[in-house]
Amino acid sequence: MTPTATVSQGADERIRKAGPLITMLRRPEVGAAVAALAIFLFFSLSTQTFLTPAGVSTWLYSSSLFGVMAVAVALLMIGGEFDLSAGAMTGTTGLIVGVITTEWGVNIWLAMVIALVVALAIGAGNGYIVMRTGLPSFIVTLATFFILQGLNLAVTKQITGTVAIQGLSAVPGFDAVKIFFGSSFPFLGMDLKISVVWWVIIVALATWVLLRTKAGNWIFAVGGAVASAREMGVPVLKTKVGLFMVTAGAGWLVGMLQLFDVSTVQATTGIGQEFIYIICAVVGGCLLTGGYGSAFGAALGALIYGMTLQGIVFAQWDNNWLKAFLGGMLLLAVLVNLYVRRQAGVRS
Amino acid sequence: MTEKISAGAPPILEVRDIGKAYGSIIALQGVSASVSAGEVLCVLGDNGAGKSTFIKILAGAHQHSEGTLLAFGEERRFSNPREALDLGIATVYQDLAVVPLMPVWRNFFLGSELTRGVGPFRRLDVQAMRTITRDELAKMGIDLRDVDQPVGTLSGGERQSVAIARAVHFGAKVVILDEPTSALGVKQAGVVLTYIARARDRGLGVVFITHNPHHAYPVGDRFLLLNRGTSLGDFAKSEITIEEMTGLMAGGAELEALAHELERPTGASGAPAP
Repeated sequence: MTPTATVSQGADERIRKAGPLITMLRRPEVGAAVAALAIFLFFSLSTQTFLTPAGVSTWLYSSSLFGVMAVAVALLMIGGEFDLSAGAMTGTTGLIVGVITTEWGVNIWLAMVIALVVALAIGAGNGYIVMRTGLPSFIVTLATFFILQGLNLAVTKQITGTVAIQGLSAVPGFDAVKIFFGSSFPFLGMDLKISVVWWVIIVALATWVLLRTKAGNWIFAVGGAVASAREMGVPVLKTKVGLFMVTAGAGWLVGMLQLFDVSTVQATTGIGQEFIYIICAVVGGCLLTGGYGSAFGAALGALIYGMTLQGIVFAQWDNNWLKAFLGGMLLLAVLVNLYVRRQAGVRS
Repeated sequence: MTEKISAGAPPILEVRDIGKAYGSIIALQGVSASVSAGEVLCVLGDNGAGKSTFIKILAGAHQHSEGTLLAFGEERRFSNPREALDLGIATVYQDLAVVPLMPVWRNFFLGSELTRGVGPFRRLDVQAMRTITRDELAKMGIDLRDVDQPVGTLSGGERQSVAIARAVHFGAKVVILDEPTSALGVKQAGVVLTYIARARDRGLGVVFITHNPHHAYPVGDRFLLLNRGTSLGDFAKSEITIEEMTGLMAGGAELEALAHELERPTGASGAPAP
């Protein structure tokens, strides 16, 4: 690791000029874009359904639900933390709305606000515990994950006597809410779900925040070198707790999108998805160690997952291939990340 | 022990018989020194000599327990680093407070980002920050091709000078440098010494902490020698030679071994320690 070895030996201490390939690979999302294109072409050519309007809207819908969450998880990862409770959160928020509207007759809009407040409070709780104790967020949110998973089942069963919400579509105001969270509209011959619009908005918003606001600068800083960030006056606690709350808020959004699409929610909803969000973010170029990544990359990661998930169905393969494929993608992405980081980033 | 009071403006920073005790441990006592604008004060001492305690007092990280600290001629007692910073006393610690994966310009303005627009449209003024970063670095003699490159890709000396340039830009009147050359090879250390000289020429006071007389002597105007928590004296350059300084620092018995150690690096490559 001798910096001078590759420095052009000019008169001054000029730094090494990276090659065009490295410069391009420094963009966190380039690898994911290439992979997404390859998968798109593969399934378009190998199946009949993939490129039809119905096919496209199916995998776009699937991608959008993972995508909203993956973008939030990516922000959190760039900020140097994990949230394993993100999957269970989509179930918790859906169940809150489902239970208190169908069982107790609470106004549906109010129920949604209550669910959002609960989600943000849990997110803030995760953040405070992580920041105050210095425990790894992996452990803290693993605990939250199990707590939520248990509560989702136990409380739902206790109140409703079953493990799924029924009769939600009969709740007053359901149709009005469905317009925002569960409707679909014609677009280029497709029947596109509204969740795709949410996904696009979230990606654009997250990209703006990350690259063009103070908050974005702070997110990169607290994830990249928390001590340095603190020394430079970055509000570390506020930034990290805010990120946990954003992730929980995204969990709420996905919970609503699922709830109003199918009009029901299972008590096990979201369990097992937390790692998929992290995988989407990593495939999209986020470093597990924080300080590097992009919202657009995470969206591409979700697109890859959504396309593969539905593509395998269209190709009528055994669904178990998905997991093997996902593992392979993850490994590949991590290796690419490692290479990029060595070339472009950290030299200690 | 010379107490130089310059004729015109008072020194930016001055300490008189300053001391610090942590409980029953006396980390520093009876140290006097000063640094004026356009002057480099080198603080030399072996490990455990009290250098860290000394800069922590100047930086506002610790309060002194005896003696007086004067900033711009006024007696002060800092209760936190922010107070020192607000007076223009900036400290560049060894970790440099940079984020390696972030671009140079983002690091430069970290925590003090420039924005434009109002309300939800308030956004980073990227163009201005890039330009200022480039200009400020150019003033320090660093000509970066690309302020978008991650700080981690800069050489150790350049990273150090980015941190110095940042302190200067944000209003530092005096920069305290905590062992800026200790982790660097000979060539990179030379680069940093050049930047120290440049900061001095721009009218800043520089407090340069080091344990290496060969780094201190060429650039220093005054030398404060510490040993085991006490001052061995505050010398002007004309009052001391590098040999005397090395002798004082090392203490006669260890001098030979130290001299031997000091000779070696000149032949080595310019690579910094990992």
